[in-house]
Order: sequence, then structure tokens, then C-alpha cells
Amino acid sequence: MLRARHLLGIADLEPGEIEEILDTAEAMKEIAARPIKKVPTLRGRTVVNLFFEPSTRTRTSFEVAEKRLSADTLSVAVAMSSVTKGETLVDTVRNLEAMAPDIIVMRHSSSGAPHLLARLCRSTIVNAGDGMHEHPTQALLDAFTIREHKKRLQGLKVAIVGDLLHSRVLRSNVQLLGKMGADVWACGPPTLMPRDLPRFGVTATTSIVAAVERADVVMMLRIQHERMHGHYIPSTREYFALFGLTPERLRGAKEDVIIMHPGPMNRGVEIDSDVADGPYSVILEQVSNGVAVRMAVLYLLAGHEAEGD
Amino acid sequence: MKLLLKGGRVVDPATNRDGEFDVLVEDGVVTRIGKSIAPDGADVRALKPGWIVAPGLIDMHVHLREPGQEHKETIATGVRSAVAGGFTAVACMPNTDPVNDHPGITELILKRAAGANLARVYPIGAVSIGSRGEQLAELGAQAAAGCVAFTDDGRPVMPALLMRRALEYSSMLDVPIIDHCEDPSLKADGVAHEGFHAARLGLRGIPGAAESIMVERDVSLAELTGGRFHVAHMSVRHSLRAVRDGKARGVRVTCEVAPHHFVLTDEALESPVRYDTNVKMNPPLREAADRDAMIEGIADGTIDAIATDHAPHHSDEKLVEFDRAPFGIVGLETCVPLVFDRLVHAGRIGVRRAIELLSTNPARILKLPGGSLAEGRPADITVIAPDEAIEISASALVSKSKNTPFDGWRLTGVAAVTIVGGRVVYQRGL
Repeated sequence: MLRARHLLGIADLEPGEIEEILDTAEAMKEIAARPIKKVPTLRGRTVVNLFFEPSTRTRTSFEVAEKRLSADTLSVAVAMSSVTKGETLVDTVRNLEAMAPDIIVMRHSSSGAPHLLARLCRSTIVNAGDGMHEHPTQALLDAFTIREHKKRLQGLKVAIVGDLLHSRVLRSNVQLLGKMGADVWACGPPTLMPRDLPRFGVTATTSIVAAVERADVVMMLRIQHERMHGHYIPSTREYFALFGLTPERLRGAKEDVIIMHPGPMNRGVEIDSDVADGPYSVILEQVSNGVAVRMAVLYLLAGHEAEGD
Repeated sequence: MKLLLKGGRVVDPATNRDGEFDVLVEDGVVTRIGKSIAPDGADVRALKPGWIVAPGLIDMHVHLREPGQEHKETIATGVRSAVAGGFTAVACMPNTDPVNDHPGITELILKRAAGANLARVYPIGAVSIGSRGEQLAELGAQAAAGCVAFTDDGRPVMPALLMRRALEYSSMLDVPIIDHCEDPSLKADGVAHEGFHAARLGLRGIPGAAESIMVERDVSLAELTGGRFHVAHMSVRHSLRAVRDGKARGVRVTCEVAPHHFVLTDEALESPVRYDTNVKMNPPLREAADRDAMIEGIADGTIDAIATDHAPHHSDEKLVEFDRAPFGIVGLETCVPLVFDRLVHAGRIGVRRAIELLSTNPARILKLPGGSLAEGRPADITVIAPDEAIEISASALVSKSKNTPFDGWRLTGVAAVTIVGGRVVYQRGL
């Protein structure tokens, strides 16, 4: 049972709630192994997937999760919606709400957009990524994947490398891993570090060697090619030379290190293909686990909503 | 027509008066200030003990939105808001639609203000045509039409050469150039102060240096030209230092700070409500060290004026994603309560200093007829009830827009009576 009616971010979750989600996800994962991958848990409930930003992985992952729970789902593609006709976000969602959905899963390019809706709407809001702020289900599936391999989160050294400044994956992961007692290192060029990064509760470094040294987990973040335009990096070539994860750089890590990436990957920019496809990579497991974690989140939130809170 | 204010504490820094006096107003002019003046047929207002009789407050930085954005505010609603907040005069910024870069627009503003007939309205003209930073506007014609200063507010005067020329040229008119100090390339697409809170919330930052770098430039240009430079809505400690250093060197520089910059910090981005668009303004709410520096500058005299940067926006415009919302909050009706509660009652400044910041100095900087209660001066008077506890209510604001972060705040000190030209234009039910 979660305290809040919405899942807006890891910031609002307590460690016990995070554990409950991960434990529930384990049960949900078992469903994927069955010949008939469907349970009636959310039968008769309506879930709207409202994606204002392009997304393949997260959107399809939510859709699969919803279908496995037998919810009625509706995915609103932004190009076809009235947003392009100048309608505000609040009006768009109020119109959708007139059709009485139970849960709205939203991806939006503005930080805080789901928080605005949570103040104004009746539905349960699930944040599927808001601007540079949070991507809570990504952090939860990352934690789930780490826990499957390491049996714990407490005390692990987790290195997060890449564009820290613009990353909602970083912000959610840092909070989740911090709450669960991991030792988080954040590595990237100074131009791509958020202001006051150490106050996030991480060790900040510009040395990928130091970050990877004795790491249990290395999590790579995507570098967008357009970052060169804001003078953040001179070129993707130089970025790879200084921060790319190569087999050589991985040698300093623990023997049983796992390599993660939230996708989409830029091979040869932040990660060498030999690493991405290599034996330590759990990148595709992350995708499978995403479905189980999102099933758990929807299940726990729907239980909340059934109580009429 | 005679009006007699009895029993108040007259605080007038310009004449160095602070004490219990009666004030007699005849035909719109202060004619006598003294002890126990006989009513002699005058309309007598007996003031409660402790009430302050001050020269009319002047807000030297407001946006009245007319012409062009009347859905946010009009001159008529703006001056009603002004007198309800205790202001007898306001200076309005030229970023209307069209921009006030022409005497025709100045005349229109003055005509509408005369029609509203409440607070006095002093237009501020654009430095450059369309505030585009390309070609100097006709400052002489605008000054003759009634402009009391020039600015491209909302935007900085970006080319240093244009700022230099504006300072040089305006010196013959003896009016200040007010700059919205901000380096646009450093601001980029920032929406909040670049600090821990914006970083955590994933909001793009505006560093303090975006402001101070421009203040430093403009102080240098004022020194070079001998022109009068006024810093609009100063918000960071580095800017304050630049102004302090400039003043020490004898540069003709003055500055103002808005109440939200000495009351709030960027922590308001996260609490009590996350991403509240009513804490989005430009310059943004800064970190605690900056807020504290503003209070220090107010107390030590470096800061010359408190101005609200009253920036009304329609509720529809604010009910959007944080990064899409317009910058700005309304300020006319919350200023006096914030100044008294957070500065005077908090022991940071005395009443006299508060009146200097709100009346004496704005009048001096803009060379306005108000700002003093000397006998023979126009009877623009603000009576303040310093110990009256009030609760700010956004929905009860007189302004056409309700975009304030102070809704529900309980504060002590409020304007009780506003008198313009000897006429009571506002009286609070106390």
C-alpha cells in the first residue's frame, strides 16, 4: 500500500514503500513466465497513456503492463491530439477526465507537469518521465534489476556516468539508491553536472576511472548529440575519449559488475558495443523487468484508488 | 476644501520630521503641520494612536499592461490596486503592446490615468525603438511628453554602445536610464535561479552572474559617461557589491529591490507547493545568501528604493507547466505589509528608513513632485496602520490579476488611508 494517491517521483516514496513495490514486482514477474500472461486484477479499470514526448520503451512497457493486468487502455499520441491546436495541458487532461479514467500515465517534456495535474485532477497520476526532473518507474526497474543480481542495494557502489544535468533518470536513481543505502558516484564533464551535485548525496567526479573503480554497478546515461550546441561538450568523439565506457575502463570494476543503460543507447558515444553487448550487460533484462515493475506500481496504486481515497 | 489629519505620527525623511503632529490640507496642498491644529471647518480624520502619516508612497516599477494586454491589467485597475496598497504614484514600464517608444503612447497612458483619477501615473519610456536594442528612441520628445526615465525593461539594453549612448544622451535631460540587468546568453532558456532547488527539480537555471555581470558593465558605463544609471529589481549579492563599490567611487548609480527578493528564496520552488508558477519571476527568487544581502543593503543604505515590479498575469496564463508560465507576480497590494512585517517589525529597519525607500528616494531618483510632506507640497499622503494584523487573500486583491505567492500570509502593517492631491482615494475598513 502506498501512502500517496499518485506516483509523481521517488522523492515522495519511503524506503518501505520502495521495498513493497520491488517485492510486488517479483510476484508480477512470475506472470510473464506463464503461458497465459494475464491476470484480472485491473479488469474494468481504464488507464490512459498520455505521452507528450516520443517514447518507445516506456510507453510500450506501460501498455504491456496494463494489458497483463486486464485494464482497458488508451494511448493518446500527441501528434493526433488537440495539443497541436493550442489547447493547454490542463484542458487536455480535463477533457480526458470527462471520460472517467482511473489512472493517467503521463510523459511530458516539462519538469513538474504531473505535479500540476495531481493538484487539479481526480485521476491517479503516474509520472512516466517529466522533463529533467524524475522518471520514477525507471529507477524502480533499475533497483529491481540490481536487486535480482546482487540480492541487496545497501552498501553497493553504483557509478552513474554521462549527462547528469539533463537526466531525470539520474535524479530518480540518486534518490532511490540513496534511500536504500547505496554508495552513489556521479561522473560526467563539469558542464553536464547539476549545480550543487554533492548535495544530492553523491560523490561527484570527472574521472570515469575513479567512478568505475570497485563498482558493483555501472549505469550509463545517454548523451544527446545536440548537447554540442549549448557548448556542453566539444564533440561526441572527445566525449567518448574521456567518458566512454570501454572494456579497458571496466577492468577496475568488481568482477561481478553489471552494466546498465536506460536507453536509447548511442553506441560509440557513451558506451562501446563490446560492453553494451558483453557478458556484464543487463540492459535487456532492464527492459523485461520494466513490465513487472510497472505492473506492481499500477496494482498498488489501483488498490489505493479502490478504497476511495 | 479642507482636510485635517489629527493625532498621527508624521514621518517625513525629506524634512527630517518624526513626531506626533496634525496635518492640514487645503485645496490639495499641505498647508500646515503642527501640534493641535484647530479644525476650523475642515473634514477631520482622527487617526488611531501609532498610525503613521507619510509622504505618499511611490512605486517606481509597475507594469500596467495598457495598451495591449488589458486582459491582465488596465491603467484604471492598476491605479485602483495602487491606492489600495497605499501608493499615491506609480511609474509604469514601457513593455506594453506596442512598446512605449513614442510620445503618442505616453500621451495615451497619461490620458487614461487622468480618466482613472486615482494614483498619479508617470510613464517610463523605452530606451530603444520597440525595445529591440537597435536604435535609440526619441528620448527628448518622450521626456517632453512626460516620461520620467527610460528603460527597455523586460529586456536588457544589450549592446554596450547603446547603453553608453543612452546614458550620455539622457544626461542632458537629467533622467535616469533604468536597466533590466541580465545577460541573455547566460540566462538562455532558464526559468528559475540556478541553485540546488532548481537542480533538484530539473528546472533550467538562471545564474546570479547573468545579472551581476550586467550591473558591473553598467556601473562602468555610468562612470565613463557621468550618466545616471538605476538598477531595476536587483536580486543578487554580487550586484549589490557592484553598486556599493560604484557609489563609493562617486558613480551616479541607484538601485531598487522588490519585496519578494527580500522575503522569499528559491526554496519556495519546492515548498509549500512544488512548481508553483506564482513563484516564477524574473529575476528569479535567489538563494538565502542573496536574500540576506538584500536585507543588509536595505538596512545599510546601499539600496535606494523598494519597488514591486507589479507584473499582473491572467490566471489562465499561470495555470500551465512551470517552464511555460510567464514571469512575474502582482505586488502593489502586498508591499506595505511585507515591508512592515519583514523589515520594520523584524527590527531590520526603522519606520523612517521604510518611508525613504518607499517614497523619499523614488521621488528623488525620478525627480517627482511628491516624496515630501513639506508645507506647500501637493498633499499626496499615505496613512499606515503599522500594528494592524491582516491576511493576504489573492481573490480579494483589487488588481485584475491575482498572481501572488503570498495568498494566506498573515502580516502586520497595512496602508489605512491613501490621499492624492488632498482627496481621500482609498480608505481601508479598520
